[in-house]
Amino acid sequence: MALDALTARERLDATFDAGTMQPLFAQIMGHDPLAFPGYMDKLAAQQQKTGMVEALLCAQGEICGMRAVVCVLDGGFFMGSMGTAVGEMAARAIEFARDNALPLVIFSASGGARMQEGILSLMQMAKTAAAIEDFKARGGLYISVLTHPTTGGVIASFASLGDIMLAEPGALIGFAGPRVIEQTIGQTLPEGFQRSEFQQAHGFVDRIVTRDEMKAVLAQLLRLHGYGKGGARA
Amino acid sequence: MIRDTLSELESLEKAMEHADEEELGALSIRRAALLTGLANLTPVDRVFLARHPRRPRIDDIISALCTDFFEQRGDRQCREDASILGGIALYHGRPVTVIGHRKGHSIEENMACNFGMPGPEGYRKAQRIMRAAEKFGRPVLTFIDTPGAYPGMEAEERGQGEAIASSIALMSRLRVPVIAVVTGEGNSGGALALGVADEVLMLENAYYAVLSPEGFASILWKDPARRDEACGVMKLTAGELYDFGVVDGVIPEPVGGAQRDAQAVYRAMDEAISSALTKLDGLTGDELVARRYDKYRRMAPVT
Repeated sequence: MALDALTARERLDATFDAGTMQPLFAQIMGHDPLAFPGYMDKLAAQQQKTGMVEALLCAQGEICGMRAVVCVLDGGFFMGSMGTAVGEMAARAIEFARDNALPLVIFSASGGARMQEGILSLMQMAKTAAAIEDFKARGGLYISVLTHPTTGGVIASFASLGDIMLAEPGALIGFAGPRVIEQTIGQTLPEGFQRSEFQQAHGFVDRIVTRDEMKAVLAQLLRLHGYGKGGARA
Repeated sequence: MIRDTLSELESLEKAMEHADEEELGALSIRRAALLTGLANLTPVDRVFLARHPRRPRIDDIISALCTDFFEQRGDRQCREDASILGGIALYHGRPVTVIGHRKGHSIEENMACNFGMPGPEGYRKAQRIMRAAEKFGRPVLTFIDTPGAYPGMEAEERGQGEAIASSIALMSRLRVPVIAVVTGEGNSGGALALGVADEVLMLENAYYAVLSPEGFASILWKDPARRDEACGVMKLTAGELYDFGVVDGVIPEPVGGAQRDAQAVYRAMDEAISSALTKLDGLTGDELVARRYDKYRRMAPVT
C-alpha cells in the first residue's frame, strides 16, 4: 500500500542538500474563472491549513552538489489538483530550468485537474505538456516521480512525459480513478490495480524507488546525464 | 424543454408538407413562435443538442468537406480502435490529414465505436497519423466529439494517461498547421488529446469542458443528478469559451441545432476552416510551433 504522504516542503527538504534550496515563484495565485460558489473561501482554508499559497512548490537547489529545479505537488492542498496557478508555476519552473540549463525533477501527487476552475484547468494540461516538450527538445533532462496518488489530468499531461519515470512503492497511478472504473465495468478491481508495481509491470515506470534511496537515485541519474557540480553539464 | 420544442417543430413541419393554405397560415405562425423560442438556448439546451443522435458525425463531415478520403487504421502496435477515425483526404484539392472521434450512426455502429470513447490505442493511432502528416507537410484537421476517454480496465493497463499526455505533447510541436473543430461533446482529456491546435473552432451548440457535467456534479456535489446546475456554472458553451480565449472562432448553427440543416453547417464549417488555414499557410514550421506554444502558455494569465 501507499506510503504516508509527505508535504511538499518535507519533500524538498528530503531532496536538496541542506541549506541549498531557493524557492521559485512562491507567490502565484490562481483564478476563479467560473466565479464558482465558495471556491475562494475553500482556497483560503487550504492556504490556512497548509501554509502554502497553492498546491505546487518549486525550488532550485543542489542534489548531492548538483544544481537542479525540483517541483512538488502537495496532495494535501486541494488534492494536489492543477488549476491555473499550478499550471503557471509549473510552466515557469520548466522554463527556468530550460533557460538555466538545469535538470528538472517533478514529484506528482494529484487528483487531476481542478474542477472549480473549469476548462482553464484543462488547458493547463496543454500548457505544461508543451513546456515539457520544449524543454526536452532543447536537451533538458526531466525526471518524473509519481507518488500517491497521481491521476486524471496530471498523469495525462506532464507527469507521464518524463525522460525517466520513477514511482514510489504502492502509489495509485492512473487516468480514471478506481471508483469510476468500477462503476463503468460493474465489477470490483483486483488488488494492486493501477499501483506502482502494476504500472511498472505494464511498462510505464522505469523503477520503483523507496524514500531511503530516492535522493541517491536522482543523483545517479543526474550524473548519468552528464550533470556535475554546480549544475554544469560535462 | 428543448426536446419537446424540437419534436413539436418536427411534426409541425411534417404536417406543413401536406397542409392546405388555411392550415398552413396557422402552422406557420406556430412554427415561427417555436423558432423564436429556440433562438435563445440555455447551456442545458446546448448540451442536449451537442449530444443529439442526429448531429453530424465525423464521417458525414469528411464526406461533405473532403474528397478522396483514405482511412488509416491501427496503432501499429496491437490494435485498431474504431472510436477514432483518421486518414488522408483532399480538402479543396489539397492533401490534409483528418482525425476525429467517431460515434457512429446506429446502435450497432455506436457499439463498434465504443460510443466515441477511445482507448490508448486510438490516441496512439492518432499520433502516428499526425507524425505522417508532419512528414508529408499536410495540415492536420481534427474533429472533437467524445463523452471522454474510456475509463476501463484494459485502457488503464495500456496507459490511457500516457497516451493522452503524449498526444497533447506531440500536437504542441507539430510543424504543420493544426486546426481543431469541437463539433459535439468535448469532454476532458479525451477531447484535449485531439485539441491542441493553432486555431480551435467550435460549433455554436457544441460544448467543451474539464469533465462531463454529470462527472462534474458527481465530483463536486456527490450528486450526478445536479448535472443541469453543473451545465450552468461550468462555462462550457462556445460563447463563454471564446471569451476565455480557449476557442478562436464560433461556427454558427441553424436555429434549433445542427441536425436541422447539416448542409448549412458544412458550409459554415468549410468557410471557417478555409479561412483559418489561409491564415496559417504563410507560417513556417518554427513559427507555427512558437505561436502555438505562446498561445497555450498565455492561457489564463496569473500574477
